[in-house]
Amino acid sequence: MSLSPHVEVRNLAVTVRGPDGQPLRIIDDVSFDVARGEVLALIGESGSGKTTIALSLMGYGRGGAAISGLIRVGDATLDGAGGASLAAQRGRRITYVAQSAAAAFNPSRRVIDQVIEPALIHRTESAQAARARAIDLFRALGLPGPETIGSRYPHELSGGQLQRLMAAMALITQPDLVIFDEPTTALDVTTQVGVLQAFRRVVRQQGATGVYVSHDLAVVAQMADQILVLNRGRVREQNRVAALLEAPADDYTQLLIAAAHPVVKAQPIPAKPEPLLEIAGISAGYGPIDRAGRPAYPVLSDVSLTIGRGAAVGVIGESGSGKSTVARVVAGLLAPVAGTISLAGETLAPTVSGRTREQLRRVQIVFQNADVALNPAHSVGDILGRVLRFYHDMHGADAQRRVAELLDLIRLPATVAERRCDELSGGQKQRVNLARALAADPDIILCDEVTSALDTVVRGAILDLLADLRRDLGVAYLFISHDIATVKALCDEIVVLYKGTRVESGRRDGYDTPPFHPYTDLLIGSVPELRPGWLADESVQAAAPLAHLAESPDLCRFLPRCPVAMAGRCDVAPPPLREMSAGNMVLCHRTEAELVG
Amino acid sequence: MTGGNLIRAVRALPWSGKIGLALVAFWIVIALTGRFIAPHSPGAFVSYEVFAGSSGKFWFGSDFLGRDVLSRLLVGAQFTVGLSAIAVTIAVTLGTGLALTAAVGPRWLDELLSRAMDTLISIPSKIFALVLVAAFGSSIVLLTLIVSITYVPGNFRIARSLAVGLTKLDYVEVARARGEGRFHIALVEMLPNMIRPLFADIGLRFVFIVLLLSGLSFLGLGLQPPDADLGSLVRENVSGLGEGALAILMPATAIASLTVGVNLLIDAATQGKVK
Repeated sequence: MSLSPHVEVRNLAVTVRGPDGQPLRIIDDVSFDVARGEVLALIGESGSGKTTIALSLMGYGRGGAAISGLIRVGDATLDGAGGASLAAQRGRRITYVAQSAAAAFNPSRRVIDQVIEPALIHRTESAQAARARAIDLFRALGLPGPETIGSRYPHELSGGQLQRLMAAMALITQPDLVIFDEPTTALDVTTQVGVLQAFRRVVRQQGATGVYVSHDLAVVAQMADQILVLNRGRVREQNRVAALLEAPADDYTQLLIAAAHPVVKAQPIPAKPEPLLEIAGISAGYGPIDRAGRPAYPVLSDVSLTIGRGAAVGVIGESGSGKSTVARVVAGLLAPVAGTISLAGETLAPTVSGRTREQLRRVQIVFQNADVALNPAHSVGDILGRVLRFYHDMHGADAQRRVAELLDLIRLPATVAERRCDELSGGQKQRVNLARALAADPDIILCDEVTSALDTVVRGAILDLLADLRRDLGVAYLFISHDIATVKALCDEIVVLYKGTRVESGRRDGYDTPPFHPYTDLLIGSVPELRPGWLADESVQAAAPLAHLAESPDLCRFLPRCPVAMAGRCDVAPPPLREMSAGNMVLCHRTEAELVG
Repeated sequence: MTGGNLIRAVRALPWSGKIGLALVAFWIVIALTGRFIAPHSPGAFVSYEVFAGSSGKFWFGSDFLGRDVLSRLLVGAQFTVGLSAIAVTIAVTLGTGLALTAAVGPRWLDELLSRAMDTLISIPSKIFALVLVAAFGSSIVLLTLIVSITYVPGNFRIARSLAVGLTKLDYVEVARARGEGRFHIALVEMLPNMIRPLFADIGLRFVFIVLLLSGLSFLGLGLQPPDADLGSLVRENVSGLGEGALAILMPATAIASLTVGVNLLIDAATQGKVK
């Protein structure tokens, strides 16, 4: 076996029963090898079969899928293996790191017991030895307090930490093959960097062989040695990482690489448009409000921003930054505890019930997940028709004509009106979701992570659509995203939120070169670049923050994580708002000259 | 639903569902036509023999007074199926209506309705019926009302938990942000997405109601003679149990086949569609 590759897959095919009862090949004729100690990436859009292939390596087919072809891992052949022999492989020789570690851990057991469980089940070593190995792995994965972290319960740990613990669980039996199934997709970009670094380090250290499933080329470029590009269950291209990125041979690979960089639309930034939506000093949160007027769980504190007519303003931040709450407050779904919102000079009531129908019509909200944002009981025509009837009193043939126009606007055929939402693809649903907002003829659309759940190629198409709609209809956007590249592709102005505070705001071009707020710096630096070796660069190694500086609502909120915090200044007074020479407003004690360096 | 769709839906049912559908259809037909196809008047004394066995003249024999069991069964089915159907409709309309009101209404209303339902659910149904029948006397209207009210809280509980789960979904939030009224949100946005689990609940409650009505009749609190539902037929012929008379076996089998049929149908219909 010394000459043959470590993992060998030949003519792999996965067949399921199609909706009409006929067999349907979802994976067809896939062959690849993985050398010992290397990582192969499977990349493609959703539905490309990448997860199906990864699971079939464990001999697992979802929902009665039939696997055929040769699968050999180490000296074990998996095809036709079943029952006990398969169970002996899984979790010992072949292990799996799932996308959502938070959902994969049992909440009622301590993590260390779960991490060493594979070793105990397969009796590879004693509980004590497994524990010691687990602690070594925790250390290698850069988990805080490797000796003690195992005694905690899953709910006491962050998503990034759980993902690392899951990797430790996968590596505890020293497997022949580790399958990583989109392990960082659900994480914030700033958390993702750390997790990727930890994975890379531990994979190198342990000499583990891996299959890394992802839709993100830039992530894969950091993790893998080889890339296998998949589309509709077929291999489009396979090559070494550097070669594939530099000279993609297949046109589908070229499409993927192009989509990884959302292009900045040549849309000029309007000079000084008349203000349309003004948000002044908004504070909001959840839970009961105390005597000082603060909610039990404050989310936003003193956030202000102005959106001009036809302008696009982006709001970015990681999860928990309060960016979605901004949209909910503006839409009147959550009453702010302080501050005002005005639309074209008129002050809006804090909640929907106090606003006129005309005011409601002018501000529309579009949610991230079109699967739950569209009522599954109604047809597309019903959904759009209801908005037309509600705001424009449009009925019958008029409404039908308008629905067809709207569908044309979002580039879907008029026949879609008859269909129910669950018959549409993810991208189509998101278009319908947008069309519902457009049906109201709004002045401004609040887009809450509308592209986050979509594949890169589909995301590019939706961004194009948004830019065209803005140009043609003059609609303004409040565009909320966690992805700075997406925001820069669409918006004129960008606001950076951190824990409900606006830490930086300014025009798009101000975000091209420093100085930035240290948090903006972290956000921009955390976005993986499409070149191998980016992760190894010194620049992305997050500087050790002054962890002893406690967080306080009156001080800079970023203080506990800030790599350039100054004891004696940052921990005694709230930071001032400074204007940078590029026009950016930055909330920081550091001066412009200090921030550049 | 067009005719073609209906036929396709029936074809898609598993065999257990088809059996259930056949039983339910059979009982609906009996309920509608029973009074007209009954060979004898249900109250007429037609045989000199009590608890007679099956014969060419009396297919299901005769009862404890020498009346034709088949005729009484055909007419009794009308009361059982009809009263249960009306009662379940009232119970589910009230229960689900109040549940939606609680889900989209202000918090105090939700509390008020939920606690009121808790109170109602804590009263044993047979005692409740006993007290009301004792106070107002037995009548068909009162009987229907008692049985309906008994099953409102159970349906309210289920519908409310379904509805509360839906209120936090994005499409309901979107409707709220659009400025839609509570009425629209409850009936257009939420109700259609509750139908499937509610349908299962309706089937279950129908069966409960058949059994409660039969139980009340058995205790003598239900329909009063000469009217009789399937439950009263069982009760009045209970003395024939020792000799295994058809007069008691047939109505008992009828109740069983009706309830089992409804359950089979509902199970099959809700199972196939849940993803």
